[in-house]
Amino acid sequence: MNGIVGRSALLITLPFILFGIFAVPFGVKRKRPEWISIAYGTVFANFLLLTAAALAMITALVTHDFSVSYVAQVGSRSTPLLFTVISLWGALEGSILFWGWVLALYAFLVVTINKNRPGNLIPYTAMTLLCVSLFFSILLVGPANPFHVVFPVPLDGPGPNPLLQNHFLMAIHPPLLYLGYVGMSVPFGFAVGAVLSGEAESNDWIRLTRNWTVVTWGLLSAAIIAGMWWSYDVLGWGGYWAWDPVENASFLPWLTATAFLHSAMVQERRSMLRVWNLNLVVGTFVLTILGTFLTRSGIISSVHAFTTGTIGYYFLTFIALVLLAALVLVAGNSDRLKTNGRLDSAASRETIFLLNNLFLTAFMLTVLVGTLFPLVAEAIRGVKVSVGGPFFNRMTLPMIAALLFLMGVGPALPWKAATKEELKAKLIPPVIGGVLLLAVALAMGVKNLYGLLVFAFVGYSAQANLTEFWIGARARRAAHGENWATALWKLIASNRRRYGGYVAHFGVFFVALGIAASSSLRTEHEATLKPGETMMIRGKTIRLKGMWGREEKQRSVVGATVELMSGTSVAGTLEPRMNFYPTQAEPVPTPDVESGPFGDLYLNLVAFRPDGSNATIKAIYEPLLGWIWFGGGVVVLGAFISGWPSRRRRTVVSSVAMPGRTSARDAA
Amino acid sequence: MNWKRASIAAVCVIPVVGLFIYGMHHDPRDIPSPMPGKPAPAFALEVFAPGQPPLQRPMGDTVRLADLRGDVVVLNFWASWCLSCRDEHVTLSEVAKTYVGKPVHFVGSLYQDTPGNGRDWIAQMGGQSYPSVQDPHARTAIDYGLYGVPETFIISADGRIAHKITGPASAALVSQVVDSLLASTPQPKAAP
Amino acid sequence: MCFAAALIAVATSSRAQRPAGPISDTTQIGFSSVTKDSALEARTSAVASQLRCPICQGLSIQDSPSDLSQQMRSLVRDQLAAGKTPDEVKAYFVSKYGEWILLAPKPSGFNLLAYALPIGVVVIGGLGIFVAVRRWTGPAPEPTPGPDPAALPAHNSQPQ
Repeated sequence: MNGIVGRSALLITLPFILFGIFAVPFGVKRKRPEWISIAYGTVFANFLLLTAAALAMITALVTHDFSVSYVAQVGSRSTPLLFTVISLWGALEGSILFWGWVLALYAFLVVTINKNRPGNLIPYTAMTLLCVSLFFSILLVGPANPFHVVFPVPLDGPGPNPLLQNHFLMAIHPPLLYLGYVGMSVPFGFAVGAVLSGEAESNDWIRLTRNWTVVTWGLLSAAIIAGMWWSYDVLGWGGYWAWDPVENASFLPWLTATAFLHSAMVQERRSMLRVWNLNLVVGTFVLTILGTFLTRSGIISSVHAFTTGTIGYYFLTFIALVLLAALVLVAGNSDRLKTNGRLDSAASRETIFLLNNLFLTAFMLTVLVGTLFPLVAEAIRGVKVSVGGPFFNRMTLPMIAALLFLMGVGPALPWKAATKEELKAKLIPPVIGGVLLLAVALAMGVKNLYGLLVFAFVGYSAQANLTEFWIGARARRAAHGENWATALWKLIASNRRRYGGYVAHFGVFFVALGIAASSSLRTEHEATLKPGETMMIRGKTIRLKGMWGREEKQRSVVGATVELMSGTSVAGTLEPRMNFYPTQAEPVPTPDVESGPFGDLYLNLVAFRPDGSNATIKAIYEPLLGWIWFGGGVVVLGAFISGWPSRRRRTVVSSVAMPGRTSARDAA
Repeated sequence: MNWKRASIAAVCVIPVVGLFIYGMHHDPRDIPSPMPGKPAPAFALEVFAPGQPPLQRPMGDTVRLADLRGDVVVLNFWASWCLSCRDEHVTLSEVAKTYVGKPVHFVGSLYQDTPGNGRDWIAQMGGQSYPSVQDPHARTAIDYGLYGVPETFIISADGRIAHKITGPASAALVSQVVDSLLASTPQPKAAP
Repeated sequence: MCFAAALIAVATSSRAQRPAGPISDTTQIGFSSVTKDSALEARTSAVASQLRCPICQGLSIQDSPSDLSQQMRSLVRDQLAAGKTPDEVKAYFVSKYGEWILLAPKPSGFNLLAYALPIGVVVIGGLGIFVAVRRWTGPAPEPTPGPDPAALPAHNSQPQ
């Protein structure tokens, strides 16, 4: 039953999608708005059908319907319910189904929210999104069909990958990632729609695109942080970012999207950088498809790589088509959209945004080159090389430092032009903040150059950003007589985009400090202890109480109970474990972490004797590590504030799209 | 729409797609080893599984590569927890027996495992015709650039690594390499 | 004793590949190696961070908890203690595993491209911005001259 529903829904949606794709240009060219409505109808139909397929899959998973191929692949009667549900996205076919559903959802939302917007932007956007949906729907009835019939029906399945059963974040990271990642199709849709509908010359599509991008950017930021947290909690080496190709793949579009969020503002105000913004939006989408291709084609080996097969060739074709469409679209329209820019002064926020874009783009290219270089080197030299952490860290740290500094200068400088006095008044005081945090870093024991630079620049920029809040709140107090709290609240509410952005900046500051402190000041100690013995880490004493073992439904677990001592009393317990799965030769370690506002104590069970006579514990202390997760939350809060729809005014469509009709602005 | 610019840009897709097609035909996990052709690293390892007559060596005996110079050596790294090693176990034992009396030595080296487990595994698999040694701290394995098990190194009489087999060894391949090495090695004159 | 037996049973029951016989009580599961000499440890960590774990996905042997990584790390330490330089230690591993074992490509020959590109982008992009901002903030371009009013027939003049 589930299989039939799923297969049918996925098959039936194809003609709907195709019809919609052709209905749009037909309706636009023949000036028949009813065809546009029909196209919107197909978007809705696609969403309904994909929802039906997704529900059928979830039902199949939960009821252990092993006649469905995907369930037979990842399901198991001994897997707990939560992990059964989330195995929807745990393997290739399920993840494609999930992708298709999220895309259908976004297309539906875009159309529903913007239905009444005059002009041809939304129809062409819908058409573009349907084209992307077409690809994934082809995959779902072809090489990635999760609803194949399995006969004879097995009694049980192998269960999901053990690494995916260890942590609740498995329920959060992939959905967030898909929502953010797939969401980048929407700005792309707007970009294509703007060019095709002729609205690319006006600036209104930029505002619409930026509003959507803030939301998807926020989701993608949350996804990346959640992925880092999961990696930290689960993988056992105390780290959270290994520059693995798939981590890089998720990070690349985040970088270009961040660049776009800033340079879009320059276009809105000065009508400049139109071609550049088009490049960024289109590039962000291309990077998401590239990232998906890298992980599903098998050309780069990675932690995340799904099993390969013919699907790689489908993705190759798709990415070739996407690249072609993107390059043709941008190159073919670049001279038409170019403006002769004017800037009032080099000392302005516009210039800072240009520099910010430079470093973000350079950062993106560095990560891209590093990720693809092993492939290129093999093709040219015939030798396999690795490009890992040492390369990426060395090349990107200077850029990160520059960006952190710019995050303080940008908010401080006004638009258009800053006078010499303004420059002095805005740019010199934050040096105090910089020196202050530098002193803190030195006091904490940071000795390496970049650790110190990060602290200093964060201090500078944090003070600069705080000053903006202070100036704004002070002005409100003077004008309205509000108290500080009300003034601050109303300030943020009245200019959500700007102050939401500053809040996001603070999130980044926390993350930067967390990363700098935890990597510069990390201490490790490994010791073999008998029950009752203690070891020291960073002035703290921990004591091995004993070992234990238990059988769970899908695995056996051996753990060590370690007590955190404060003097002679026990202040807490940690239980690092090793999980033995029947399908794996090596056990999967699960570390245990005690997180505090000043640092994390991270314990890993490295070795043990089965009679419980001793255990080797690796203890790692990482200062300020929790600030990374906290900062991530603040970033998402900033995106939330910034993206919250403004009640004040609706978007006004310029007269370009509707010849013969003047808008209120032009009529003045 | 500037078609000239668009076409120039479109051409740029070709090298990128070409690179990806190249990538799809190459396994990123297949790392070629620099060892074949180089002199085989020396080792002196202790026997923990004697093997069976006539290839047997006493328990605790030290097998030195230097002592075996002048003969062909087949060095096989294995482990009791390694599933693929089961595929080749019987094969290697049988092939070793066909070279009794010839200047060929088969040696197994235990990787990331305990001698007790190794002996139990051998017993479970029905015995091993040649001796196996233990490699504490995987020093010899690292010296041979081991990525995993099973890996088999066939060393020529003049002490060079002639061939490396990654994954379960097949009888045909091992015999072929050993035979060609024997053919090219001048045989010592038989004692009168 | 019951506890010990239970632990052994738990640890071994799910290892399908392990033989059914008893594991010795003194068998250690897992491998660890650390010394008390912190200066040597620091030097070991520095070199180990640059070497890739052969069986992991991109981790260094410093970070990876796997047995092989720990054993390679212990070999790095022994070689450093015996007086080898970090470059010699790295060269040893490259001779065994190929260039792939280095986590950052050797900055020579073709590999330099990977290092040059990011630097190049920043430099060229920076120059580009400098030039562009100069142009954008420079004197406004001369407005293209419209038709010369004197040359045009006056609106009110009689047509020829």
